[in-house]
Amino acid sequence: MSRENELVEVPLHEVAHARTGDKGNRINISLIPYKGEAYGLLGEQVTTERVHALFRHRGATAVRRYDLPLLEAYNFVVDDVLEGGVNTSLNLDGHGKTHSFRLLAMTVTVPRRLLADGSPWRGTDA
Amino acid sequence: MSAPLFLVGNGAGFSGDRIDAPIPVVRTLVRRGLPAALFFEVLGERTVALAQLERRRDPDAGFEPMLERLIEPILKPCAENLIKIIGNFGGANPAAAARCIARIAVRQGLPDLKIGVVEGDDVRSALDLAALQPFEADATIDVEGRALVAANAYLDAQPIVDALRQGADVVVTGRTGDPSLALAPLIHHFGWSAEDWQRLAAGATAGHLLECGSQICGGVFFDPGYKDIPDPADIGFPIAEVDEEGGLVLTKAEDTGGLVDLRTVKEQLLYEVHDPACYVTPDVTIDMTGISLEQEGPDRVRINGVRGLKRPEQIKVTACFEGGWLGEGEVSVAGPNCVARARAIADVLKERIRRRGLEVRSRVDIIGLASVHDSDDGALWRAHDGPEPRDLRIRLAAAGDSRDDADQAAREVLALLCCGPAGTGGARWRTTQRISTRSYLVPRASIRPSATCHTSGELAQ
Repeated sequence: MSRENELVEVPLHEVAHARTGDKGNRINISLIPYKGEAYGLLGEQVTTERVHALFRHRGATAVRRYDLPLLEAYNFVVDDVLEGGVNTSLNLDGHGKTHSFRLLAMTVTVPRRLLADGSPWRGTDA
Repeated sequence: MSAPLFLVGNGAGFSGDRIDAPIPVVRTLVRRGLPAALFFEVLGERTVALAQLERRRDPDAGFEPMLERLIEPILKPCAENLIKIIGNFGGANPAAAARCIARIAVRQGLPDLKIGVVEGDDVRSALDLAALQPFEADATIDVEGRALVAANAYLDAQPIVDALRQGADVVVTGRTGDPSLALAPLIHHFGWSAEDWQRLAAGATAGHLLECGSQICGGVFFDPGYKDIPDPADIGFPIAEVDEEGGLVLTKAEDTGGLVDLRTVKEQLLYEVHDPACYVTPDVTIDMTGISLEQEGPDRVRINGVRGLKRPEQIKVTACFEGGWLGEGEVSVAGPNCVARARAIADVLKERIRRRGLEVRSRVDIIGLASVHDSDDGALWRAHDGPEPRDLRIRLAAAGDSRDDADQAAREVLALLCCGPAGTGGARWRTTQRISTRSYLVPRASIRPSATCHTSGELAQ
């Protein structure tokens, strides 16, 4: 097997980028692979169950995923994750802007060729 | 492309944005020489309530505090080049904001500048909130017995269009749908009908992509080594090129940093979106599921496949109530055994609040172990079992209805300078008022906005 096709287990941050937005006590997180070819693999591995597990300690009650194949992007909506929302939360980040990087810390297994161009994992053994 | 274009630039994406951002946007619009507008979006959900509190203290205040600094450098070039300026910088006092702009205009030798004012978003006296159905999950927000500070409807683009039809060069609004600020000059320029969902959706999508300023040009985006951008200290603000059929290209101010590419546009397209098939604005509902993007050149992305659906029958109203007080305090520890000392501080603060009987809901963060991703009970930092960091900052947040209790809780952090563990330093504390919000849906016909227009000479007197 060529190195390019070798499977590596990496944080999602090596494969995709993301942004959080908030509305009330709910956030959405977009998830966008750097390489469009990774879109299908991420759909298999970044499930609503796994995303829910990342935010259960914050009281998240539900996660929905909207698939956007034309944009090669996913939109996750996480309910009740902001501890009441920006107006009642005691959190420094009441808007939840930093949560995109909690998602990007989740691990996925992908062929090396789907890693971001800047990823240090491209040139090393995982 | 040969169809005539209209350019819409953005000069601010929130109150607190970079105040020099509009200057290169205006320079670019002038150089392009096409019909154009510049808009400012500076009203967050609570901003209008905080502005209302300002207005209580001073009847001439209650609008965007940086208005003068934002407008001063760009008013004359915009006036001379017929670039319309539109902004929700009126906050809780659009008339006072208009007078402020009028005074700048007169000072700059523009006594005949026409300034439009949109009012009617303030519905405190017009609506009986208790009789209305709260929006979605907001029914669970308890506002019983809390004093109402502000209640504002998200107006659609039409009142701004009315002001432009009266000849306004500048339009000042309070609460308006954010995308409506960009859509209005397009409706006015191209003469789009208020029910032309397809074109309105293209214009509202332009507004949605532009309304957070730099966020589509590299702001909230750059991530060194992965997503690098040129000159992050001077990110150019965005400009949309729209044709009369609703063709849409996103670009940015020339000779600035940042970038516009497929990645920035995808991130901002989905920003604050829930169901992408049904993104509701006051003017039109946008279906994003058919959208595809095309990089036409450097910093130029075409947005294809926007679909428009009928606008909502109801208008959103957000009411803001006095929400009690928040006391916050922070101290630092560093060096050997700092994790144990940080944990001891957390325990002591909780115990002091309990023993003094302070009526607050509180939380402790250990910044450096876990904070923003943590829960109120510190599940993540309590479970921390990694290497010891060089230094840590401990933060207490305490909220309650009593200002004094919130303040006393915050001062317990200060007291640690003498009563805390070895080597505790760098205390900061503050107590601030909180605002609670609750949104409602109201029939469109119950909102009655108005648009007036006067010259700067008249308003400045």
